[in-house]
Amino acid sequence: MSKAAAIDIASVSKVYGTLTAVHSISLKIPAGSYCCLLGPSGCGKSTTLRMIAGHERISSGDIRLGNTVVTDLPPARRGTAMMFQSYALFPHLDVADNVAFSLKMKGVPKDERRARALEMLKLVRMEAYADRKPAQLSGGQQQRVALARALITDPEALLLDEPLSALDPFLKIKVRAELKKLQKELGITFVHVTHSQEEAMALADLIVVMNEGRIEQAAPPRTIFERPATAFVARFMGDHNVISGRVVDARDGAVTVEVAGGGRFRAVGRPRQDGQADIAVRTDRVRLGEEPADGLGFTGIITNVEYRGATVKLTASGAGIEDFTAIVGDGAFFAKPVTVGEAVPFAWSAEDAIVLGRLDS
Amino acid sequence: MAIAVEQPAVAPARTTRARLASVPGRLVAYLQAAPLALILGFFLLAPIVMIVVVSFWDYDFARLYPDFILTNYVDTLGSWVTWRTYLNTLKYAVIVWALTLFIGFWVAYFLAFHVRSTTMQTVLFLVCTVPFLTSNIIRMISWIPVLGRNGLVNAALLKTGVVSAPVEWLLYSDFAVVLAMVHLYTLFMVTPIFNTLMRIDRSLIEAARDAGANAWQVLWNVVLPLAKPGMAIGTIFVVTLVMADFITVQVMSGGQSASVALMMRNQMSLLQYPAAAANAVVLLVLLMVAGILRVVDIRKEL
Repeated sequence: MSKAAAIDIASVSKVYGTLTAVHSISLKIPAGSYCCLLGPSGCGKSTTLRMIAGHERISSGDIRLGNTVVTDLPPARRGTAMMFQSYALFPHLDVADNVAFSLKMKGVPKDERRARALEMLKLVRMEAYADRKPAQLSGGQQQRVALARALITDPEALLLDEPLSALDPFLKIKVRAELKKLQKELGITFVHVTHSQEEAMALADLIVVMNEGRIEQAAPPRTIFERPATAFVARFMGDHNVISGRVVDARDGAVTVEVAGGGRFRAVGRPRQDGQADIAVRTDRVRLGEEPADGLGFTGIITNVEYRGATVKLTASGAGIEDFTAIVGDGAFFAKPVTVGEAVPFAWSAEDAIVLGRLDS
Repeated sequence: MAIAVEQPAVAPARTTRARLASVPGRLVAYLQAAPLALILGFFLLAPIVMIVVVSFWDYDFARLYPDFILTNYVDTLGSWVTWRTYLNTLKYAVIVWALTLFIGFWVAYFLAFHVRSTTMQTVLFLVCTVPFLTSNIIRMISWIPVLGRNGLVNAALLKTGVVSAPVEWLLYSDFAVVLAMVHLYTLFMVTPIFNTLMRIDRSLIEAARDAGANAWQVLWNVVLPLAKPGMAIGTIFVVTLVMADFITVQVMSGGQSASVALMMRNQMSLLQYPAAAANAVVLLVLLMVAGILRVVDIRKEL
């Protein structure tokens, strides 16, 4: 349909008065990829998206789309299209006029723009609703109309600001699959802002985890999951236990840390300059009731047991670690069940514990 | 067990239903509507009925005579003066409406879209209402030293040599009437429009800009259509106020122009109540016809 453009963000900052929302971030989004900006609210992900779209002035730095520097261009001349969080459909126009809005602004005659709008509505299977007002549509239908309205401008990159947050959980998963399919069909670059790890993992070719206006890690989903770069990413993605402590030994590419409570843990990696280190342990690789090898486990008191169907989530404290999480399969759990208050040994293999880095600020 | 627990809860419900059943269902609905119906009937319907009744009565210089004569209507509708007065009132209404709509929209637009902080918006909006802390008449009369033959404007024009003799049409003219009315009534346009503009989702403006609309296109295609309900409400306020106005017309035109309301007031001061009542009925019917047309229009626009 149209050529996709790579997006190149070069040390871009956004400053509001004394508050810095985005701290000099740099990011390359390859052409035709699905990129998710992921982070908690207030992390600067929406601001970054709005700077790419041109709805927010860039305080310093540059943004390139394809071969064009778009830093000072108005939104409509950047080759991007934005889909807004609340969809921002015009309540006074019917669906076809909403989709045809940008054509009307360009002065395309009425018949032609209605025809092209209908074509676009067919793409999102909404042609039957062309004469309805947005208020007469369900959330999912509004979402598709907003998508059609964004795509009619024939953009090189589509920017989506939390496009699924207004939908109910069941619809979310369905629409998510449709988005991914559409992106594959159109072959254009999608940049999608979300605070849901699950959504990002399911959709993205490239996940950009942001926190406090900085990029913590930008990598494919598998790398983010298996090798989180920082303690923040490991905690935010939620699949790792993070153990922080003082480095007491470092050799042969392995580090041993001692936590405040006295426990010593070993992990693969190199220590930081300041003599501290964070270790990440995969929650689903923790084994129960097995005497741990040296530095690869501890004995903790179970504080919570949460049944989740196929898995059981256990929370434990001990050896100076609070809220240590272990996810065990239901089969393994019910073969040898444990209860709250019980002291249980936890163990993991050497390759499941890694040393995390830290952002240089 | 569960049944035993539920039973006491069911029993009172049944007695309530039984008590209500003694009053027929339809009557309950009428009883519920009665308070509002009484208030409207007493304060709205009854006075109108009274005016309509009195408009058919006879009168002389001292008394009213209950009767059923059409003289009042014949006099009112048959006189060229009445028609000219109606036309004059309509002229004021149209001009004042157009000016207040234009000024009111831009003031509201500035407040809603260009003043960023909510505090500043509130402060500026309150500033708009400050003149309303003094009486209507004071605000009107204060135009006289400004516009009069030896007033501020004329003095300035003479001093700077723009004119050699005082401009006569500044005061005691249609110009003065319209100026005073616009001054008095613009706020009634600003308030409802400001209200609707504040409720426009700002992301709609961004969406329009994203679709390539320039500032004027955003205004024309997004802001104006969404401001229509506020404009309609403001229009109702202003038109009603202008139609009912007699003091501004009298003071600012120096008695040279007339409006329907002024005509009625004069009739009343001569104790010609039935004639004034007939006039009122005619005005009411005209406004109601216009109003019904407007309401249909508004619904289409919403």
